[in-house]
Amino acid sequence: MSTPSLRAIHLTVNGEPQRCAVEPRRSLADCLRHDLGFTGTHVGCEHGVCGCCTVLFNREPVRSCLLFAVQADGGEVITVEGLARDGKLHVIQQAFWEEFALQCGFCTPGFLLTALAFLRDRPDPTAEEVRLALSGNLCRCTGYHTIVRAVLSAAKRLREHGGSEVPGPHSAS
Amino acid sequence: MSDHAARDAKAGTASAGQWIGRPVHRVEDPRVLAGHGTYVDDMHLPRMAEVAFVRSPHAHARLLRVDVERARRHPGVVAVLTGAEAARHAAPVRGILLHYQGMKTGPQHPLALDRVRYVGEPVVVVAAASRAAAEDACELVEAEYEPLPPLLDADSALRPDAVRLHDELEDNCILHAAFRGGDPETAFREADHIFTDTFSFARHTGVTIEPRSLLAQFEPATRSLTVWVSTQVPHMMQAVLAAILGLEEHRIRVIAPDVGGSFGIKIHVYQDDIAACLVAVLTGRPVKWVADRRESFLADIHAREQRVAVELATKADGTILGLKAEVVAPVGAWSAYPRSSVVEGSQTVRLLPGPFRVRNYAYTLDVVAQNKVITSQYRAVGHPIAAACMDGIVDLAAAGLGLDPAEIRLRNLLRRHEFPYTSITGNLYDSGSYAECLEALMERSGYAALRQEQAHLRERGIYRGIGLCCFIEITGPGAQFYGMGGAPISGQDGTTVRLEPTGKVTALIGVTDQGQGTHTTMAQIVAEHLGVDVRDVKVISGDTAATPYGGGTWASRGSVVGAGAAILASQAVRAKIVAVAGHLLEANPDDLEIRGGRVSVKGSPARSLSLGDVARTVHYESHKLPKGMEPSLEATNHYTNPIAWTFTNGAHLASVEVDVETGEVRLLKYAVVEDCGRIINPAIVDGQVRGGVAQGIGGALYEECVYDGAGQLLTASLMDYLMPSTAEVPDILVDHLETPSPFTVGGFKGVGEAGTAGAPGAVMNGVNDALRPLGARITRQPMTPERILRALRAAGK
Repeated sequence: MSTPSLRAIHLTVNGEPQRCAVEPRRSLADCLRHDLGFTGTHVGCEHGVCGCCTVLFNREPVRSCLLFAVQADGGEVITVEGLARDGKLHVIQQAFWEEFALQCGFCTPGFLLTALAFLRDRPDPTAEEVRLALSGNLCRCTGYHTIVRAVLSAAKRLREHGGSEVPGPHSAS
Repeated sequence: MSDHAARDAKAGTASAGQWIGRPVHRVEDPRVLAGHGTYVDDMHLPRMAEVAFVRSPHAHARLLRVDVERARRHPGVVAVLTGAEAARHAAPVRGILLHYQGMKTGPQHPLALDRVRYVGEPVVVVAAASRAAAEDACELVEAEYEPLPPLLDADSALRPDAVRLHDELEDNCILHAAFRGGDPETAFREADHIFTDTFSFARHTGVTIEPRSLLAQFEPATRSLTVWVSTQVPHMMQAVLAAILGLEEHRIRVIAPDVGGSFGIKIHVYQDDIAACLVAVLTGRPVKWVADRRESFLADIHAREQRVAVELATKADGTILGLKAEVVAPVGAWSAYPRSSVVEGSQTVRLLPGPFRVRNYAYTLDVVAQNKVITSQYRAVGHPIAAACMDGIVDLAAAGLGLDPAEIRLRNLLRRHEFPYTSITGNLYDSGSYAECLEALMERSGYAALRQEQAHLRERGIYRGIGLCCFIEITGPGAQFYGMGGAPISGQDGTTVRLEPTGKVTALIGVTDQGQGTHTTMAQIVAEHLGVDVRDVKVISGDTAATPYGGGTWASRGSVVGAGAAILASQAVRAKIVAVAGHLLEANPDDLEIRGGRVSVKGSPARSLSLGDVARTVHYESHKLPKGMEPSLEATNHYTNPIAWTFTNGAHLASVEVDVETGEVRLLKYAVVEDCGRIINPAIVDGQVRGGVAQGIGGALYEECVYDGAGQLLTASLMDYLMPSTAEVPDILVDHLETPSPFTVGGFKGVGEAGTAGAPGAVMNGVNDALRPLGARITRQPMTPERILRALRAAGK
């Protein structure tokens, strides 16, 4: 069995241009984590169920474990590291903190990005709608109760700021 | 449904101090939210190799031949080890706890030698420049097996003609235990009624979202090993790695960085973990090993597979006279090392009487080996089964006697004036609010209104059920679980508290964190006892080179044993602070108070020093101290529970609706009233309860590790193994009573497992309550739609 050849790819991650050389079978998740050093995106299953690996790719939430890095060539990726600015947490991160919406934190980046994309499309959701929108992200620690509360709280604050452009409004210190 | 608990939590508990009892926001969160968590797989070391495993495709087979030559030659491969090679360098382990009389199990090697005993057992380890290259090389390994008949349940494994899983043992029974307390024969003879049922619980597993991971680095010159590992128990890992790999314990450093959930899964010693560490030792290169999700399902410990036959003897008014139980617990091919696989079944039988007044009890327990992966301790260990069976049979009795389920419980639950109470199995229930929690739960959940609604909807063919479960929970054990059985597991824990020259505080703790906010709660304890702001306390944990020797986190011990040590160390540092300040202020140390980071004379706030002033004097100007006074503002104290363990209690209510056409169960409402003693952080406590409830719901309705007739695991992915999501878990109302332990420092008890203990019983009782008018009953978990429909068909519906 011969070693697969490497392909050069260029992509933007959190607004900054990145380049690397990857095997065709390299997932975007592994590329972000190990080739580019963005370890905030986590891998929980590698079969697209747990949602930990969710990033925004060309503004849409995707399972980066199911995307090959070569498929992201030329694209724009937002990871959890792109949310806070100058040390200030994004409104959604602040809401998760205030509502105790994380425990071990492993699933949290996936929830943050899934929720942000959802709120961009549905700025004033009911709790039931939030539950359905997040049903593709698994958490084993929290029982979800406080995650739902945090997303509803963030929705309210984002509406008050007049939008949820990502990366968007950051909490006042 | 409004969440009174959340509003109350924001305000702090009734007994709140400045920090203890308050919902302080977690100090762990900002870093992790920003994506800067450091989990093992985030780490890289120069020249690091990654491992993959060839695993047995057979549940039971002789391993005749392994040929790794082609794999060794594959580009990028650093090392390959077979079982025979590993056995030359790593000692086998045996999961025996000496205080379980007569238990027996075979030796376990890191890689299979001449026999494989479960699908997924590691056979060969391959280390290569990347995980992908290692997996490629694994495909080049040739292994020849001679399949043997697999034993896949207890009955087959106990037959006299069954093949023995370990040649040196006379049979496949790991432990047989029997107990008789009081006079159960007379109790059953004189009873007005006897109720009988058999409950079975399927194998399921923890499914930590971060899989097991480790990174091992060996320095040959000093024979020192550093292991970063996603574990609950760094000091235990230090001890077992030394024993297995033949290294000196004090030259092993174990570090638990951020851990992505554990629930007991990462407290055990795994064959593949040892094999990975061995590769590091033999090659001198750093070795990373991360289980993928399929390997997690195949090789993580499973739990909860038990069959429990229960008999309850009662008077006509529902008073419990006697209890009998036969528990069969098929575990895996070995008893786990070092915590054994007999604790879960033993907890079931010893805790079955639960919070009820039971004076006549007999049980038998059979823990049996089979050709599946090992089972061992997973969150709430045995308690969910004990509570589900006892509350299940009590509900059956209620129905048979025409009593409301709450009423029969209140008749038999122990009351405050009966504490301390020694159970029929010898457990000291030190304190609790057993009946009081149920009464509070009925009020908070609107029990009466739920019953009315249920009756009303039944007339319209809508089947709702209300399920109750009252449980007790062992927390904060000392050495009685493991240490006294010979396991290298600490029953004590230690904390170092240190005042830095700036007047800020550092606390080094032996207990660990896997998401439960240990750093925050320990900072609250230290801040409260030292009189500083909680944000000025930095906590360090999970490093055997930095923290005092301790047991890590398990059996909900952190807020008992860890907090106890933190209190003692904080008090010791406080005493030193006021001794120094008293000298500098020319005041009696007893007249001094510490508040907001300043030490002042009570009543004369102008006579004060900052903690920084005190610290700088000790560190830089120690000539100003009295002769003979040690120039130190640091203290290390250790603590263990003065009694075997302390009990918490609670009551759960599940309101469910069963669709009798599809068998689907919907959870409408869930409520818990929990008493975990004095609460440190109510928001963190509620999070532990809710997370535990979600896991219990998973076990009750969705989760099962399914093996086929050949012993193949069919549920080895998240597509097949169903985990509850936001769509399945309802809002969970949590409320608390606080009955401090009269024995522990601080009065704290543990809480990490309480949610899991009560949920399976509450959900099962709710489903059966819904099905009762149709004459159907289900006592097998998970209660899948198929099983519910079968129960309905069996009742002729």
